[in-house]
Amino acid sequence: MNERVERLRTESFETPITISAERAELITDFYRENIGKFSSAMMRAKALEYLYQNQTVYIGADELVVGERGPSPRAVSTYPELTCHSEKDLRVLNNRPMTSYGVSDEAVAVYRDKVIPFWEGRTIRDHIFEGLSEEWRAAYSAGVFTEFMEQRAPGHTTLDGKFYQKGLLGFKADIAAALAALDVTADHDAVAKREELKAMDVACDAVITFARRHAELAETMAAACEDAARQEELLRIARSCRHVPGNAPRDFREALQMYWFMHLATITELNGWDSMNPGHLDRYFLPFYQQDCAAGTLDREQAREWLECFWIKFNNHPAPPKVGVTAAESGTYNDFTNINMGGILPDGSDGVNELSYLMLEVMDAIHLLQPQGNIQLSRKNPDRFLKAACRVIRNGYGYPSVFNADGVVEQMVRCGKNIVDAREGGTSGCVETGAFGKEAYVLTGYLNTPKILEITLNNGVDPRSGKQIGLATGDPASFESFDALFAAFERQLIHFVDIKVAGNQFIEQLYAREMPAVFLSVLIDDCIKNGMDYNAGGARYNTTYIQCVGIGTITDSLSAMAQHVYGEGGRKSLRRPVGYGGQAEVGGPSVALRAMEGKRKSEDGVDMSELLAALADDFEGKDELRQRLADETPRYGNDDDAADDIMRRVFESLFTAIDGRPNARGGEYHVDMLPTTCHIYFGRILGASADGRRAGTPVSEGISPSQGADRHGPTAVVKSAAKMDQLRTGGTLLNMKFLPSVLKDEDGITKLSHLVRTYFRMDGHHVQFNVVDAEALREAQQHPEQHRDLIVRVAGYSDYFCDLSRELQDEIIARTAHEGEQ
Amino acid sequence: MKGVIFDIKRFAVHDGPGIRTTVFLKGCPLRCSWCHNPESQGFGVATLEGRTGAIEVGRSVSVADVVDTVERDTSFFDESGGGVTFSGGEPLAQPDFLMALLERCGALDIHRAVDTCGEARGDTLLSVAAQTDLFLFDLKLSDSVRHREFTGVGIERIRDNLMALCATEVPIELRVPVVPGINDSAEEIAALAAFVAGLPRALPLHLLAYHSAAMDKYPRFGMPPPLPDTPEPVADDLTSMRRRLEAAGVEVRQ
Repeated sequence: MNERVERLRTESFETPITISAERAELITDFYRENIGKFSSAMMRAKALEYLYQNQTVYIGADELVVGERGPSPRAVSTYPELTCHSEKDLRVLNNRPMTSYGVSDEAVAVYRDKVIPFWEGRTIRDHIFEGLSEEWRAAYSAGVFTEFMEQRAPGHTTLDGKFYQKGLLGFKADIAAALAALDVTADHDAVAKREELKAMDVACDAVITFARRHAELAETMAAACEDAARQEELLRIARSCRHVPGNAPRDFREALQMYWFMHLATITELNGWDSMNPGHLDRYFLPFYQQDCAAGTLDREQAREWLECFWIKFNNHPAPPKVGVTAAESGTYNDFTNINMGGILPDGSDGVNELSYLMLEVMDAIHLLQPQGNIQLSRKNPDRFLKAACRVIRNGYGYPSVFNADGVVEQMVRCGKNIVDAREGGTSGCVETGAFGKEAYVLTGYLNTPKILEITLNNGVDPRSGKQIGLATGDPASFESFDALFAAFERQLIHFVDIKVAGNQFIEQLYAREMPAVFLSVLIDDCIKNGMDYNAGGARYNTTYIQCVGIGTITDSLSAMAQHVYGEGGRKSLRRPVGYGGQAEVGGPSVALRAMEGKRKSEDGVDMSELLAALADDFEGKDELRQRLADETPRYGNDDDAADDIMRRVFESLFTAIDGRPNARGGEYHVDMLPTTCHIYFGRILGASADGRRAGTPVSEGISPSQGADRHGPTAVVKSAAKMDQLRTGGTLLNMKFLPSVLKDEDGITKLSHLVRTYFRMDGHHVQFNVVDAEALREAQQHPEQHRDLIVRVAGYSDYFCDLSRELQDEIIARTAHEGEQ
Repeated sequence: MKGVIFDIKRFAVHDGPGIRTTVFLKGCPLRCSWCHNPESQGFGVATLEGRTGAIEVGRSVSVADVVDTVERDTSFFDESGGGVTFSGGEPLAQPDFLMALLERCGALDIHRAVDTCGEARGDTLLSVAAQTDLFLFDLKLSDSVRHREFTGVGIERIRDNLMALCATEVPIELRVPVVPGINDSAEEIAALAAFVAGLPRALPLHLLAYHSAAMDKYPRFGMPPPLPDTPEPVADDLTSMRRRLEAAGVEVRQ
């Protein structure tokens, strides 16, 4: 990166993150003045207009791509109409040690004097909690599920490429045509549609106004600028901002600026989850890049500089801070913008182009928290592309993540989407599948599956509170068989999914009615055509996801009970050698070593009452039982059908309970298997589990095996994960860890790429790699039980880190640290 | 048919082309001072007195047991051009078991590599060769006396066997563990180059750096480490060895 990029990057990295009260104050002023005057759609449009007429316009000293959501980089806007922070919240944000946000006394004063008094009792969050049932609140408080929309608006959305061909003036023409086509006499909804369409039109004007204000500021700055080169840049910025977003971009540089205004407007209008996702930028930008290169107005290095400046803009926008339990479940500055590269074009051909490679280079060079990127890997994409991505992965940022583009398309076609729309889609946020620019695919909350099992084992009572929050499915000690236990779990699961879905219906309707996203609706097909808002079912496709968490933990827990309590093949299995993986696979010396280190074979089953008592006591004084449950149970992640069949059975139950239910927007529910960081929170409020997990410790994340459960290497993990029918999900998340030295040469890169290709041949959805460093190894040394799956290249062979002697571990840590310095 | 193995490692990425599953057969006729797997040298299932108590090493398994595990990663083999590698110990030291494994894997269309020290009966080696897709053949020292000193056996039969293998059409890759102070001298390299260059067909050669890390295993299994103070070869030395071998016309692979 050049000096300019270096400066901007440093600024973005080092500028303290603060709360800006500007948006909250302006929105409060506007609402106080205008409440009751307009329809909710028009209210939102005019609020955006008011913001864009009055908010601070910022152009940084060296910037090429301009525009901020707040008054300056890393000054984070808040959304009191959704969730109003209390004075105490603001103080906590300012003072907490982790992911803090600086809050000035002035900002607190604005909140205290103006914002809080107006919004108290009026926020969406207030309405949500007033309107939800008692049983919903009990389940929510117990940590059975979380609720995304209590603090942020429906999001996870991704834009497609249409606005690069058609500026906002083009959308305004579409809106005018839709208005002209309304037939008030025949269409009962025509009045509401007219209101929505007019609001969309106002929102377009608001965004054009905001761009024009940047042009004016750039011209003023240019007039005062003594550096001729910078002056020319500022004048170019001014020309761009007078042209886009009203008109389609004329060149590569304007295309970047075009996207950026769309990004800002959609994240300023509302605080949607996962910020905004740009989609397949490599393919959208390609025609502009090729045209400019042919004309001699751009070369690869200039394109790189602009892309790098563009990349840094994302990092200037940390996630708006949450409050309460949502802060606990995802305490991160990351707002989860995820850029797609590669994949398949709408006509089904290979989507990798020269910008795909350039963007990987940019991602490697900038490597800030945001934006994250992924490659959409199709069987049609060249191996060269995958290897280029693996070389970035090797550097240990944990990205790009890798998605199965063909699988993603199949998932969407299964749900009834047009195949062309599916190919234009991809993934956003963490791993969520969607049709870019045409779908509202809304995540609504995580589902704590091990918690539901815990409640089942307590006959409907949450042991943490002692409250009856589930069905009384019977005393588990009375269950005659594993099937009886599983049937009770399934009843409990359906019970909680019913509660969750009932809550979602209410919340989706609340947003549709009170908090339309009118500007986003301009950009998502077919909201204009339908005259309906994005939040009300106006999109071509309307999906609601429930994200299930803890599949590894619940599988291993059920497997432990199948084995030790019910002895389904269990007694027989117990007579297998200790430490045996469960298949005709033979333990090496490490297994033999483990076997001899204090574990004893047991011929006896475990009594359910005894198990429940041990769980209630967090295995206090029962360490031998705990070890036995953890180590002598077939566990998910080892390519062992004894465990993996249980995983599949749990997945079928989740799928049956959730998939295909109608949502409030005319679409359907589907299953996602991802946790973000919620597996930590879900673990914290969960007692000990039958897989030997201690109370309060994290549950398994994504579809990765429980921490330390997998003992047979990455191919076994991949095979276990692929036994889940992932094509029937809307996304799964698999994490794998490697030491940098495993990937240090081209041979390692090639083998990693083979591992990925094989997983995708088996219809795996996603995989990401942690290439861990010395610090992570030290952590593994201190807590080996959580890092059993860590593979290190020892010498001419690779081994599990935790199986090595302390001395050798130290040696490898030293070696890795040395590598890190290079 | 049963045999004794001491480990099966899936996702073995250093034992031949592609992603492989390596089956370690227990028991070896050699006693190399730099051995990475000392616990595998003795034949049969054994209980070793380790630092942390008794350790059972090895397991008696059937051909079906082994093949069931190997077969599980067929998709990875197909994708990567990988397969199964039989290593040890010394796989040829359990010839009937090895043959049965090779035949079964061959019937399943799985690529088969055999990692051998070459110390075996010549007729055994040739019948194994008929069921092998790639040999990883170790060369250690050029002088038979020193070979005996550091490995326990002379070099003559190993060389005869390599000559006999060269007369077949099975691909062979030579593997040379580079152990500082033992086989990294200029004379050793010159002798190695001359020997390889004089083989009836050109064979690629891999230099494998000795890792002192392996010495960690000896106390774990109650054995004194035979090379307590031997350093690891430095990258520059490996590079210069490679250059000298290449100058003599030997193809050296990374």
